Amino acid sequence: MADTAKPKGGTARASTSRRRGRKDTSPGLGDEKPEVLLDYYRQMVFVRQFEQRTGQAYTQARIGGYCHLNLGEEATVIGLMTALQERDYLFTNYRDHGYAIGKGMDPKRVMAELYGRSDGVSKGWGGSMHMYDTETRMLGGYGIVGGQLPLATGAALAISYRGGDEVVMCQMGDGTTNIGAWHESLNIAKLWNLPIVFVVINNFTGMGTTVEMSSAEPELYKRGAAFRIEGERVDGRDVLAVRDTASRLIERARTEQTPFLLEAWSYRQKGHSVVDPAKYRTEEQRDEAKADENDPIHLFGEKLAKAGLLTDELRDEIAASVKAEVAEAADFAENSPHPDVSTLFDYTYASPVPNESRRMPADPVFAE
Amino acid sequence: MSVITYRQALRDTLRAEMVRDENVLVMGEEIGVFEGSYKITEGLLKEFGPRRVKDTPIAEEGFVGAAIGAAMLGLRPVVELMTINFSLIAIDQIINHAAKIYGMFGGQTSVPMVIRTPGGGGQQLGATHSQNIELFYSFIPGLKVMAPSTPAEASSMLRAAIRDDDPVLFLENLGLYNSKGEVPEGYAEPSNDTVATIGRAGVTREGSDITLIGYSRMAMVATQVAEKLAEEDISVEVVDLRSLRPLDRQTFVDSVKKTGAAVICEDDWLTYGIGAEIAASIQEGAFDYLDAPVRRVAMAEVPMPYAKPLETAALPSVESISTAIKETLSAVGKRVG
Ligand SMILES: Cc1ncc(C[n+]2csc(CCOP(=O)(O)OP(=O)(O)O)c2C)c(N)n1
Repeated sequence: MADTAKPKGGTARASTSRRRGRKDTSPGLGDEKPEVLLDYYRQMVFVRQFEQRTGQAYTQARIGGYCHLNLGEEATVIGLMTALQERDYLFTNYRDHGYAIGKGMDPKRVMAELYGRSDGVSKGWGGSMHMYDTETRMLGGYGIVGGQLPLATGAALAISYRGGDEVVMCQMGDGTTNIGAWHESLNIAKLWNLPIVFVVINNFTGMGTTVEMSSAEPELYKRGAAFRIEGERVDGRDVLAVRDTASRLIERARTEQTPFLLEAWSYRQKGHSVVDPAKYRTEEQRDEAKADENDPIHLFGEKLAKAGLLTDELRDEIAASVKAEVAEAADFAENSPHPDVSTLFDYTYASPVPNESRRMPADPVFAE
Repeated sequence: MSVITYRQALRDTLRAEMVRDENVLVMGEEIGVFEGSYKITEGLLKEFGPRRVKDTPIAEEGFVGAAIGAAMLGLRPVVELMTINFSLIAIDQIINHAAKIYGMFGGQTSVPMVIRTPGGGGQQLGATHSQNIELFYSFIPGLKVMAPSTPAEASSMLRAAIRDDDPVLFLENLGLYNSKGEVPEGYAEPSNDTVATIGRAGVTREGSDITLIGYSRMAMVATQVAEKLAEEDISVEVVDLRSLRPLDRQTFVDSVKKTGAAVICEDDWLTYGIGAEIAASIQEGAFDYLDAPVRRVAMAEVPMPYAKPLETAALPSVESISTAIKETLSAVGKRVG
């Protein structure tokens, strides 16, 4: 097992504070092309601004339901999404907006889905937790913790059944590693030699419960060992480290036809959802989550600036153009029509059904 | 026409569909090397190999969910759950995922899979192994729930289920596997394209005094009741529901309009059971035609006991159903045999 970002010593209990102030050990920018680096930066800024705008719209009650944001996790999101090839499939949990955009979905339609409009990716049937797009192979955000793991495993089974060379990535949070579906899915994936990379975003909390409170083995990347699945850990603040580690595991899953486990540390800047004030965090922990040294966009921007790639001017330019694009997405969503109520019964069954009740609450039973 | 068992009808049809379509695979505990707890999958591993006949670990949530994911990518998995009792372990994947994926994603992807599973009491298996909990699944829009009672139905309905683009719960009953019936020639041919219409009930015996409604094993028992009462000059019309969702209300309501009375027999518990839905539908659709209150004969509302006399007493029988019919008829002054 490789551990690319191993903290020194200490007990599991101390691991949260241990991460605080941890030096950035990332390998720098390597010899990556400037335009690629700037593109990553721009994508991260895009996710950040998109989420900020989403949070606003939610507070203004333009968006309903629950709303879980990727704020603070942008390097993890974009690092993972740039590692996936177009032909690869993605399953995520409900914290899915950034992934949907990163996988190539149209941000306008993602926003329209958040607004519950007919131009939404799922025509307004899914909402925040259920982004899906056949074309870009984002096979869904799922609202049941761990629900996506068996599904992703099955998608990998279909690939293997047909002898394809695609890989499935299955994203989840740290809290998910204790549910039955985790154990069953990792076991099956290894037994059947499936091309899948399970990715645990370790933001140290599932709602308000810390990793140490919920996982008997809080070093999550090690937990693949029970299934002979190799695990690695990466610093999720570093977009290139995430991309490189994920790429390596994805390509190994592809060529070796076997599952891998990747744990990415990340800082969830806000509460669990937009309405969660995160009172369970101490002031120190809140500062830590928001600190510049843990903010992936700040970190990457600094690096780019040091390398002479990102001037203050360019930074502002990117921010402004992203802002315009996000505003465009919000306008698009705002102006997209609500789904027509006459379509209420259109998506229950894929094959036609005789005799199925299509009753509105007040309809008499044999009016159909 | 030949006469075969319900088990044989399932086995031959499953094989035929695997020959016909490369995307059909079977998955489940003990279905390959062991050839199935109830031998429905006998011979399949030998013929199709482990790629298409997948023995799974005892991990119902994991492998049912994997079948759903595989179906999302266009395979047509037929999962065997050893008995419906164990489906409870997979109920999140079935209800929260299989049933919802088509609608929740605005019709972008469907889940063409079948979950075959036997249930039912009468085998002295005790409380956790004798349940009919199809109600849980019949309650859920997005799922289709089929419950064939004869070998011919088992064959044409399984074929329909496999070719359907939606998730289908395919209920078998331990008490039916050895029952025999006629099947049409060519029922086991891969080229056979006669499939049942999902969601269509059948009037399997015509009668004029009263309508008796059942499904799965109870549709067979209903026929026995009708035959017995015919000797006493009571004319019972039997409706076999065949499909619990979609539910063909029209067929049984039309029958009740004709006979003016109804008894429902079911292998599940009375309170909130399938029969409650049928009775409510009759009330909504044929109230003016009813000469007597609708009666339901169901399982005793107890966890199933092991001891034989207790178990027998807990299950609906030809006698208990006959009594309910006679009481209903005498209540309206119709002659009773
Ligand atoms: C089966 C299930 N139990 C509980 C919940 C409620 N819930 C939603 S998110 C969440 C925390 C999950 O934490 P984690 O897996 O770490 O993911 P994160 O929110 O950090 O992305 C809980 C308990 C749920 N959606 N599903």
